[in-house]
Amino acid sequence: MNVFYGDVQVIWDISFEVAQGEIVALIGANGAGKSTTLKTISGILKSRKGEITFNGAPIHAMEPYRLIERGIAHVPEARRLFVEMTVEENLDMGSLKGAAKAEREKTKQQVFEMFPRLRERRRQFAGTLSGGEQQMLAIGRGLMSKPLLQMYDEPSLGLSPILVKDVFNVIKRIKEEGTTVLIVEQNVKQTLAIADRAYVLENGRIILQGTGESLLNNEHVKTAYLGV
Amino acid sequence: MAQLELFLQTLISGFLLGGLYALIALGMALIMGVMRIINLAHGDIMMMAMYIAFWLFTLFGIDPYVSVFIAAPALFLFGMGVQKYLLTPVMKVESILPHNQVILTVGLAMVLSNLATVLFTGNYRSTPVNYASNAWYLTDIWKGSPIELSLSMPWTLSFVIAIVITIALWLFLSKTDIGKSIRATSQDPDAALILGVNVNRMRMLTFGIGCALVACAGCLFIPIYYLYPSLGKQFTNVGFVITVIGGMGSTNGAVIGGLILGIFESMTATYIGMGWAPVGRFAIFVAALVFLPGGVASIIRRRKLGK
Ligand SMILES: Nc1ncnc2c1ncn2[C@@H]1O[C@H](COP(=O)(O)OP(=O)(O)OP(=O)(O)O)[C@@H](O)[C@H]1O
Ligand SMILES: [Mg+2]
Repeated sequence: MNVFYGDVQVIWDISFEVAQGEIVALIGANGAGKSTTLKTISGILKSRKGEITFNGAPIHAMEPYRLIERGIAHVPEARRLFVEMTVEENLDMGSLKGAAKAEREKTKQQVFEMFPRLRERRRQFAGTLSGGEQQMLAIGRGLMSKPLLQMYDEPSLGLSPILVKDVFNVIKRIKEEGTTVLIVEQNVKQTLAIADRAYVLENGRIILQGTGESLLNNEHVKTAYLGV
Repeated sequence: MAQLELFLQTLISGFLLGGLYALIALGMALIMGVMRIINLAHGDIMMMAMYIAFWLFTLFGIDPYVSVFIAAPALFLFGMGVQKYLLTPVMKVESILPHNQVILTVGLAMVLSNLATVLFTGNYRSTPVNYASNAWYLTDIWKGSPIELSLSMPWTLSFVIAIVITIALWLFLSKTDIGKSIRATSQDPDAALILGVNVNRMRMLTFGIGCALVACAGCLFIPIYYLYPSLGKQFTNVGFVITVIGGMGSTNGAVIGGLILGIFESMTATYIGMGWAPVGRFAIFVAALVFLPGGVASIIRRRKLGK
């Protein structure tokens, strides 16, 4: 893909793939173009050249609101909850379409089991939750659509170390239950530890790729992202 | 005793008027919340509904309360069309003026009121329903009442219907997926989009519903009011003042703001003079802007969000 904001190109001819059942990570410095890449997959931004396919079918020309029906869920940067809607209403908004809608109550119970805090606060406005609880709600809302591919944009943003660990455990669990994951993160060490494969993005270009483990031991990754 | 009677009577009239005002402002607030624009043709859309009700009554003898069921769907479709063919295309135009959608609604208002003048002349019209001056009296129910209060039948009926419509709207917005999607679109359109909400369709639907609501208000006003082509301005004004009192885009605020303005105008008319109601409206408008920026909604929000 090649993505522009106005006339400014921020993504330069990048190409990558996510295989079914994998956790794939995109890492990179601030402004590298990670969020832009996810937004382009979601259809909020359009790639000028190139194509994006999902399960063999092209999706880059689709209306963004149709992608969730195909099985792609995006938990955006900074959570983007509906702050003046209750926890439960936010979850409902995750399951507007098709089978996910029919199974709404069942999936909701599963989310509540994963995050008991959300059950306690289900009638509270999302805006009154703590940062960690809001992140749980954002993850829960993503799960409500029963996606095939779950994209996370910095799910650990602003969380304490304990909560960060919880979030990574949840993501591992989501993968184990059969969902494919594409994750963007600043917590490079923990991300590479759970990722099957990862791509390193610098200035809108992919400069490195490999398994999580191999990148953990890569000299460039060590100096630029792990600070060792 | 006479003083108390006058006060209570004024309060009741204000309350009834406020219920109808709330209906006007609800549509405007809904549109403001989702589209981020002030619909300055709101009153003129109400005027259209009033002419529909007027002609249905005059030509076919259809009661204005029944014509709600004709005018509201008609203006719902009209509103969806305005959003789709006028407002959405304008949204894509880059211009030096950021609010060219609002300017477009001003143009629409002018076209509608001039069209009404050409088609229906500038004459004042009214709908002489035979129950226009019926009323209930407190002494009918309570023989020994020390004070006398009366309740105009068409006003009461209009008020009750306005309440029913408001409750129906509230149920729609809070219980249905489409209603939730509309609220979600007003809070964060991009987030709604990736969750599968067809944001453009929600905008059309919202403009349609806003127009249908003010159409209902028009039909409810016509048994108790008169009609002329340029009456829209006054009601656009009312809607705008209420949304400022209530808090831009807040539907709860619109209901409370409507009641506040209704009571305030009624008090001004009784204690200062009939012609002073618009001055009172202006005064409360300025007061709300100065002392309660963010409106009633900011108080509600503070309580619910602890901010
Ligand atoms: N709406 C926009 N208009 C113009 N430029 C933008 C816009 N959004 C992002 N950019 C630019 O595009 C580049 C990539 O931004 P992006 O948000 O994708 O970075 P990121 O890798 O997600 O960074 P971070 O880790 O800080 O979230 C940056 O240089 C940014 O300034
Ligand atoms: Mg980012």
